[in-house]
Amino acid sequence: MTGSHRWGHPHVEMEGVNKWFGALHVLRDVTLQVGRGERIVICGPSGSGKSTLIRCINRLEAAYSGRIVVDGVEITSDRKTIDHIRRDVGMVFQQFNLFPHLTVVENCTLAPVRVKRMTRTAARDLALHYLGRVRIGDQADKYPAQLSGGQQQRAAIARALCMNPKIMLFDEPTSALDPEAVKEVLDTIVALADEGMTMLCVTHEMGFARQLADRMIFIDGGRILEDSEPEAFFDTPSHERTRAFLSQIL
Amino acid sequence: MTPDSNRAPRVPMFRDRTDAIATIAVGIVLACVAYSFARWAVVHAVWHLPADAGSAPCRAVKGEGACWAVVVENVRFMLFGSYPRAEQWRPIVVCLLFVSLYGASLVRALWTRWLLALWIADSAVAVVLLRGGRLGLSEVPTEFWGGLPLTFLLSTAGFTLALPFAVLLALGRRSGLPAIRTLCVGYIEVVRGVPVITFLFMAAVMFPLFTPASVSIDKLLRAQIAFVMVMAAYVAEVIRSGLQAVPRGQYEAAASIGLPFWPAMILVVLPQALRVSIPALVNTFIALFKDTSLVIVIGLFDLLGTAKAVLVDGRWVGFGVEVYLFAASVYFVFCYIVSRFSLRLEQELRRAAGAA
Amino acid sequence: MIRTIRWQLAVASVVVAIAAAIAAQTAVNLRARGIASGFDFLSRPAGFEIARGLLSFSSRDTYTRALLVGLVNTVRVSLLGIVIATSLGLLVGIARLSEIWIVSTVARTYVEVTRNTPLLLQLLFWYTLTQGLPAAPEALNPLPGVYLCFRGLFLPAPIWRHGFPWIGLERPALVGFGFQGGTSVSPEFAALVIGLSIYTAAFIGETVRGGIMAVGRGQAEAAVAVGLSRLHALRFVVLPQALRVVIPPATNQFLNLFKNSSLAVAIGYPDLMSITNTTLNQTGQAIEAIALAMVVYLAVSLSLAAGMSLYNGSVLRRGGGA
Repeated sequence: MTGSHRWGHPHVEMEGVNKWFGALHVLRDVTLQVGRGERIVICGPSGSGKSTLIRCINRLEAAYSGRIVVDGVEITSDRKTIDHIRRDVGMVFQQFNLFPHLTVVENCTLAPVRVKRMTRTAARDLALHYLGRVRIGDQADKYPAQLSGGQQQRAAIARALCMNPKIMLFDEPTSALDPEAVKEVLDTIVALADEGMTMLCVTHEMGFARQLADRMIFIDGGRILEDSEPEAFFDTPSHERTRAFLSQIL
Repeated sequence: MTPDSNRAPRVPMFRDRTDAIATIAVGIVLACVAYSFARWAVVHAVWHLPADAGSAPCRAVKGEGACWAVVVENVRFMLFGSYPRAEQWRPIVVCLLFVSLYGASLVRALWTRWLLALWIADSAVAVVLLRGGRLGLSEVPTEFWGGLPLTFLLSTAGFTLALPFAVLLALGRRSGLPAIRTLCVGYIEVVRGVPVITFLFMAAVMFPLFTPASVSIDKLLRAQIAFVMVMAAYVAEVIRSGLQAVPRGQYEAAASIGLPFWPAMILVVLPQALRVSIPALVNTFIALFKDTSLVIVIGLFDLLGTAKAVLVDGRWVGFGVEVYLFAASVYFVFCYIVSRFSLRLEQELRRAAGAA
Repeated sequence: MIRTIRWQLAVASVVVAIAAAIAAQTAVNLRARGIASGFDFLSRPAGFEIARGLLSFSSRDTYTRALLVGLVNTVRVSLLGIVIATSLGLLVGIARLSEIWIVSTVARTYVEVTRNTPLLLQLLFWYTLTQGLPAAPEALNPLPGVYLCFRGLFLPAPIWRHGFPWIGLERPALVGFGFQGGTSVSPEFAALVIGLSIYTAAFIGETVRGGIMAVGRGQAEAAVAVGLSRLHALRFVVLPQALRVVIPPATNQFLNLFKNSSLAVAIGYPDLMSITNTTLNQTGQAIEAIALAMVVYLAVSLSLAAGMSLYNGSVLRRGGGA
């Protein structure tokens, strides 16, 4: 489906992407273009391939066929290219995946120090800045196990931000949280969106989606069935499966 | 480890430069090694010796080619020890008996009380068959037993006899009574803290001192007792983990329906504990199977012992590599097959538990 | 359980009764065979030689000293074995998880073959290989001053010299059918260390592999998602967490190596078990000798177990984990 070209050259391009898990055809001929600064929310039933789709962008999953181009660089199996792309693409996981043996601030400074060769003090300042932005600055020297779920996920967001990514991927960031924590994390993400970062977010939270998205994408059975602006998406979805899905969750 | 690799339709060999370089480098090294080995083991090897040539043809190629003739000429001795040739059908039957026992035990469908009885019966039948002296079979004293039947017998009988003691030790270790618990803990820790061969030495030199001079216990029996003592401690630890894995609710449920301690144990708790421990028990059995090779230090001739004994003969001195490779393959084939089955068992049990 | 004192007394008295009966019979037998009791034999001269090692020993030294030499040898072999086995095991564990098919297959073959054959057989195999080396006059000479023959590996050794430069290198020299001078590694020692290391490394490798797999994909994914290279991800995120899981079973393997070093008795290396064996053969005092050896091995096992509980306690108290 076509994406909007309002924002210049596409930041992320996927063309004819296919992926199998064993015999299961998870992504079928996916073609997608994401403009700079666009905020895209991807939704769909479980098993539809939405997580796999965004995981292909930072090569946590490898596509079998098709092209994926991130910020002008095509993803291949060359390790240097992959590492290079991952420096500019940040990801927030459903299970947070904070490093339990490091403190929160150490979680954030690990990559800047080791990959960007920042000095420890500079990295720490950067980390404390972002930890403050997500409002857990006072938890900086605690271990992840000592934080609540919502705090841990916000720490994970700060960790991703410390690498100054150009694109942020969110893989169901609130699915593992209880309701109070969901709101605090979603608010954090919305606040970030105002910075103009390109975002792709997989989520079930439709209220949040309406607030954040420039574009809504519905994927089912590995195919993108719907790709439109939020009002059109929610009020007049063109595909019947989209309608069925929306009626179930709204 | 990292998710770069996915289960592709084929095995990916060259996904990037490092892969390619590593694969080619290792491949070249392996090819060279395989080539030299093939030349030694196959191309220049001597497989048969003419009737009265002694071992000269083998000596002629020593260093260049393997002397598989040493295995071919001595295979009966290595497998069955000094058992009288005419009666060697008996150890063969014994070996088949044990192999089918192990095979049957690895099939989940056959796990019943009868299997347990079969384990006991097989060892008893093996002893009777090997010893003879009744049922019209000629008597063969244990000094002549050796090779594979000995390995099978020591492991199987050792494991079977150790199991009840292991259960008692495991229960005793969890007991609330300090005297019993201390005794059990003490026994287990001492046995597991010392090398196994100290027990074999005990069997060889100390046990004779414990019994009246008129009573002399067969050396093989002494070694068997030593193995049972050692196995009881190791298996007890496995069973203890199994007991811990049984949820507390089971004990409580059994008590609530009025089952007294021992019936509750035997009917409710132990079956579950044993079922959970099966993979670990199989691994312990494999370890015991390998450890029976230690009897060589007290002068008994299991599979390794007979192999080593072949090298004492002047004709075959110096061909240790061939002989040990043969013995190693026999052990390997057996242990590998059993451990693969055990892995599959573990997966089945995990799946069954997950579904429950 | 049956909570009565009576049961405990009953069990205790049965055990004591059996023990007493055995003790009584043993005393009778010992007297009949004219075997002495007690540990006096320890201060008698040993009357046998021990191959040259770290401590000097002659046949006039006491049994105590002989056993001490054995203990020192056991410790030497075990420490060296543990170091080599750990390094090799770490590599093997990581190699098992490599995405390069050939590397993981080679590692897997090594682990399967080593774990499914008896250790004693492997030791005898390595020893046989050393005995296949040529005799001293035709010894292999890969480097100047280094000679490899079936009697062992002979290396140059540093010695004091008069005058400048005060330290020199003494090279082994061929004398008859042996070498004199320099230092040497006996084939028994080499076979024991190589065999023990290779065997134990396979088990340690599997432990390391289990530890790495226990860390969970999410950690590795998060590490690379934030831009760390795979090597950095392994070093800073996966391995530190894996180590916590790995250390208790790895310590168990170290203990096994230490106990397995007793197999030296089968290839003739004079470790604690070998010398205990010689001692009990010469003095006939089997009970004392074996009991002594058992106490030594037990002391090491229990100290290691105690150290392990302390370590586990401290790890659990620290903030990390989960």
